[in-house]
Amino acid sequence: MIAIDHIHKVFNKGKANQVDALNGIDLKINNGEFLVIVGSNGSGKTTLLNIVAGSVLPTSGTISIDGNDVTDIPDYKRSQWIARVLQNPVSGTASDLSIIDNFRLAAIRTKPKGLSIGVDEAFKKLVKEKIATLGMGLENKTDQPMDTLSGGQRQALTLLMSIMDSCKVLLLDEPTAALDPRSAEVVMKTADKLIKDFNLTTILITHNLKDAYNYGSRIIQMREGIILKDINTEKKAELKQNDLFDWFG
Amino acid sequence: MDFYLTALLQGLCFSGIALGIYISMKIFNIPDITTDGSYTLGGGFTGILLLHNQPTYIILPAVILAGAIAGALTGIIHTKLKINALLSGILVMYALYSVNLKIMGRSNLPLNGIPSLFSLINFITNPNQNTLLILLTFVVIITLIIGYLLKTDFGIAMRATGNSETMIRALGVNTDRMKITGLAIANALTAVSGYLITQYQGYADISMGIGIVIYGLGSVIIAEAFINWFKVTSVWISLLLVISGAIIFQFVLALTLSVGIDPIFLKLVTAAFVLLIVGLPRLSFNRSA
Repeated sequence: MIAIDHIHKVFNKGKANQVDALNGIDLKINNGEFLVIVGSNGSGKTTLLNIVAGSVLPTSGTISIDGNDVTDIPDYKRSQWIARVLQNPVSGTASDLSIIDNFRLAAIRTKPKGLSIGVDEAFKKLVKEKIATLGMGLENKTDQPMDTLSGGQRQALTLLMSIMDSCKVLLLDEPTAALDPRSAEVVMKTADKLIKDFNLTTILITHNLKDAYNYGSRIIQMREGIILKDINTEKKAELKQNDLFDWFG
Repeated sequence: MDFYLTALLQGLCFSGIALGIYISMKIFNIPDITTDGSYTLGGGFTGILLLHNQPTYIILPAVILAGAIAGALTGIIHTKLKINALLSGILVMYALYSVNLKIMGRSNLPLNGIPSLFSLINFITNPNQNTLLILLTFVVIITLIIGYLLKTDFGIAMRATGNSETMIRALGVNTDRMKITGLAIANALTAVSGYLITQYQGYADISMGIGIVIYGLGSVIIAEAFINWFKVTSVWISLLLVISGAIIFQFVLALTLSVGIDPIFLKLVTAAFVLLIVGLPRLSFNRSA
């Protein structure tokens, strides 16, 4: 369970350009819950996601994952629980490295990076089998550098990379924002399947209200750094797609 | 012929710098300027220890350690004080000038008649060929070590650091520590180049490192051209190309001198050559785009 308590975040405190990004967020996300966050630009949803990931530290408040207080733990250590998919496909993987090297890093996300060679034949076979499940024909291109792939292919691989090592929490920051509609659909379906198969606790940020309606077990709307609406699973079932559009009316 | 053999030998001596810059470019995306200082540091250390009749098994580790400390310092300044990578390198390089002068005691250390690495072992009687053999052995060992390192899990994480910092941290890599370690390795390699060249040319000089970063940069850019051209993904071939880059660079300089260009213009010609290899791919790229 992720417990977010009284989180405040102020950027540039005391200066003319002070921004109160988060104004007291209280949120409990149960294990296996697929939470969708919607909200206009500047509503604080990306800041909230970064605070969960640890790449932004809160001004006040605490955050815990499975009972462990992680408020002061840096992002690279929180990676033992959390996997991320970023908005920009280019920054989601290491561009210069081959697919297989990217997967090797992902496979040891929670472990130390030691002085032994981990990419052996058995590992290559394992990765090829995993990649084949995407049905994109990428399993024979594992020695290619990441930057030779399209944005959709890279996002799908990034998703797959997140379950290469034990993963409890998956953070999706507008993963399809930079993709064409068809690739976006493939990526969202892949994500949904992995989340269900591995029972991942997931937070998805999206501007795509159709995705917000179709995916996830709970939906919240943020505005000006607070949670405006919180729709749980039962209420989400009754929700109509048009209701979502009305929120932004 | 000896003219080109000399270029080959110098190229091999500079392969340490080339490998160092290759690593710092991977983790920083910019060449590390500390190189100018750590090269002289390696050379100066070698000179003074040789003059004090220290054996190679003490000199080489001392040189590697000194270079690593210089690189780690740049890394610490950059990551912990959040100072621009370029400026961090310049600061350490500048400060090293005084350190080097203090270590050497004076600005030039001639090593005439003092036994060096190249007179230590005699495979062949021809001194130039003997030097070539020793250098080749040395460079092969360094390449094997660095190649193995880059293929390990640690090495993959290091090569990824320059790509996308947020993501690499999300994959559980402490990028600060990776940069410090990477720069330590890079500058240890550079110091080894100083170690080799000092023994090869028979003296250490306080100004030997001025602008030497351009040798490494030139070598890596030549290598990158081939790497992009042939879409090389193998670590071993990449490293081989980087070392070839260092040798090609020296050949071009040798050629420049052999066609009778005034040595005063050597640095100008070197800069023009680097500009050419950096600029050419961009020019042709713009036309095709």
